[in-house]
Amino acid sequence: MKLFTYSPGGTEIEEEKWTKDKPFVKLPPPSIAVIPLSQHTGAPNVPAVKIGDHVKIGMVIGSTSAPVSAPVHASVSGDVIAIEDRLCPAGNKIQSIIIKNDFKEEEAEFEHVDSIENFTPEELIKKIRDAGIVGLGGAAFPTSIKLSPPKNKVIETVIGNGAECEAYLTTDYRVMIEFPDEIINGILIELKILNAKRGIIAVEDNKTDAADLLAKKIAERNLEDKIEVVLLKTKYPQGGEKQLIKAVLGREVPSGGLPLDVGTVVQNVGTLKAISEAIFYGKPLIERGITISGTAIKNPGNYIVRIGTQVSEIIDKVGGLNKKLRKLVFGGPMTGVAQSSLEVPVLKGTSGILFFGEESLEMAPEEESPCIRCASCVDSCPIGLLPVFLDHAYRRNDMKLAESLYAVDCIECGACSFVCPAKRHLTENIKKAKQSILKQRKIEAAKQAAFEKLKQKRLQEAKEKEAKK
Amino acid sequence: MTEDMVDLVVTSAPHVRKKIKTSQIMRDVLIALVPATVGGLYFFGTGHTLGVIIVAVLSTILAEYLGNLIFRKKSTLWDFSSGVTGLLLALVLPPGSPYWMVVIGAFSAIFIGKIIFGGIGSNPFNPALVGRAVLMVSWPTFMTMWLKPFYWKIGSQSLDAITSATPLNIVKLQSYSALIQQFGSKIALYKVLFIGNVGGCIGETSALLLLIGGIYLLVKKVIDWRIPFTYIISVFVFSFIFGRDPLFSILAGGLFLGAFFMATDYSSSPVMPKGKIIFGIFVGFLTVIIRQFSPYPEGVMFSILLGNAFVPYFDKLRPHVYGVFAKRGGKA
Repeated sequence: MKLFTYSPGGTEIEEEKWTKDKPFVKLPPPSIAVIPLSQHTGAPNVPAVKIGDHVKIGMVIGSTSAPVSAPVHASVSGDVIAIEDRLCPAGNKIQSIIIKNDFKEEEAEFEHVDSIENFTPEELIKKIRDAGIVGLGGAAFPTSIKLSPPKNKVIETVIGNGAECEAYLTTDYRVMIEFPDEIINGILIELKILNAKRGIIAVEDNKTDAADLLAKKIAERNLEDKIEVVLLKTKYPQGGEKQLIKAVLGREVPSGGLPLDVGTVVQNVGTLKAISEAIFYGKPLIERGITISGTAIKNPGNYIVRIGTQVSEIIDKVGGLNKKLRKLVFGGPMTGVAQSSLEVPVLKGTSGILFFGEESLEMAPEEESPCIRCASCVDSCPIGLLPVFLDHAYRRNDMKLAESLYAVDCIECGACSFVCPAKRHLTENIKKAKQSILKQRKIEAAKQAAFEKLKQKRLQEAKEKEAKK
Repeated sequence: MTEDMVDLVVTSAPHVRKKIKTSQIMRDVLIALVPATVGGLYFFGTGHTLGVIIVAVLSTILAEYLGNLIFRKKSTLWDFSSGVTGLLLALVLPPGSPYWMVVIGAFSAIFIGKIIFGGIGSNPFNPALVGRAVLMVSWPTFMTMWLKPFYWKIGSQSLDAITSATPLNIVKLQSYSALIQQFGSKIALYKVLFIGNVGGCIGETSALLLLIGGIYLLVKKVIDWRIPFTYIISVFVFSFIFGRDPLFSILAGGLFLGAFFMATDYSSSPVMPKGKIIFGIFVGFLTVIIRQFSPYPEGVMFSILLGNAFVPYFDKLRPHVYGVFAKRGGKA
């Protein structure tokens, strides 16, 4: 079978996928669920409940009419005990609904559907939005928006992303092994919504069993002319949306553009499963598969966890720690966010939680040594950026230079920092440069807008004066 | 769960790094230089030649230590880069170099070549070659006194008996045919140059041993293939164009040492893939030009140093950025 990949750039990482063969285990519901009102990229929700309200599993507890958004649902049954700002995995505080679980597990009514034949794309999109589905790969972009491209854009291909190129994480793999039919259903739903012809499920070649299983299921259902499975070379960051599109379709998403600009939509396999469940069972996104791994946790594995479960409860429920916890990471080791507290909840976009002991300080040393210009970072960048020069620009606070070196095109994959023999904090500095440039652009745009407004006003005044004469 | 089980540190992603350090890279370079060094000791004896190597390495390390002290920098002794510079310097010196000259070369290499630019990673020129260039222009007599291999077996102490001109010297002063005559045939000449049983700098004579080290560095991914490959090919092609024997031209002199160990010096070579290719071709061209038209028989050192000066320009040849398509007349 042909192996697909992108070039240049990328790096090999040690995979450490210890939890590969551990089937999903349902974690008991938490005693307290902390459900932030904004778990996605886009407009935050407003509370749909009050303190003291009784909620059932699957009830909408936060929503908004803003288009780029996704409602949030109660993941446990019980009473709303507080609505307050809580620390979230990204490090910021977000208004959250706190529910005390009564352990009665009362469910709201979910609407079952046997076939999607009689639904229009608009109805399907509405169902997906109502279920609160967002991208489960990490970015948490509202799926309903991804599936509503502008009228003038033709989508030809839907790509199911089963690359899972991060180390430790195995949730996508387990979803492919345990729920292949749901993934295929998800692709079929998206093909119908987007009126696209071709579905592709892309899997890295370290997970050939998953690829074979999906291919077998596709053949059993006689869908070979619609959906195909392709193998990708195992390379980091093969699962990055841009890299995946280049690998599979040989096209590049224009800088600042979206996959739909090259006629495709990429969806994580976990998201496809969630879409399928939302449509056929009416099930909102109240729980998700998470890899719990690392050296400091006793029982690494793949667990189905309710959204809103706090890490402190997870640790107790999976059997505790086996050594002193020094680093807690939400997401994978390359792009994940280190946490400062155990009182952070699992969100829709949480694909894994990693627990590390003292050795994590060795794994990613803080101390830098001088850059030796070895060019490893240049060779590793999957975008073709020059991390070494971007780093220099940031350290000199020369944002003009950083901008001319395409800092904003950085996908923050971490490959440059990973390969650096001098342990320079390249990714971190490029990220900061990027943020600074984007902030500056926003300020400039606001200035421009204010200026235009003033100009219009003055012109108007002048006209009025003219008229009076 | 108790409180003392948790003490969280927050750092920026990535939370895992490749297990590679600057010191490991430098150690690999040292390992790659072992065959050529042992070869040098075999051909030129373990007496004075070994002394030159030891003096060079110790002097560069001392110079680095003093440099760190004077410029109040954190110690960079343990990245082994000064040791690499010292060994490389020794390998490009004639076996009979006086120790005092080696010390001056070593201090020039570290101070003029490296420390004043900010230390490791900041030197625009290859430090070892800077050291050699200083010696070359200061004491040309010592720098062109070539001991014959196994000179101690000759049984004579006279300088004329134990020294000889290098093959490139003979080509410069007499002619290529005279050189072939001296070695019997072209094949015999190639063989001698490949094995290294010929006069020259301590570590430059054996193409075979340098190739072994170079392949080690390529396999270990310490160096990129682009610079050595294009450099050697470029010398081959331009030699042919200028009517020189191309095979002789790549085997003779310090080309393999220069191509695998000097031109690939990270700090003084381009970081861009395309830049590396052009750098290799450019330096190869300069090498042949110097050999052909200048009074110097060998051009590897000056061509690499000249090439180093152009690196900031080669580094403008940036790779394609994903999703950024060159506009006509705009910035690519």
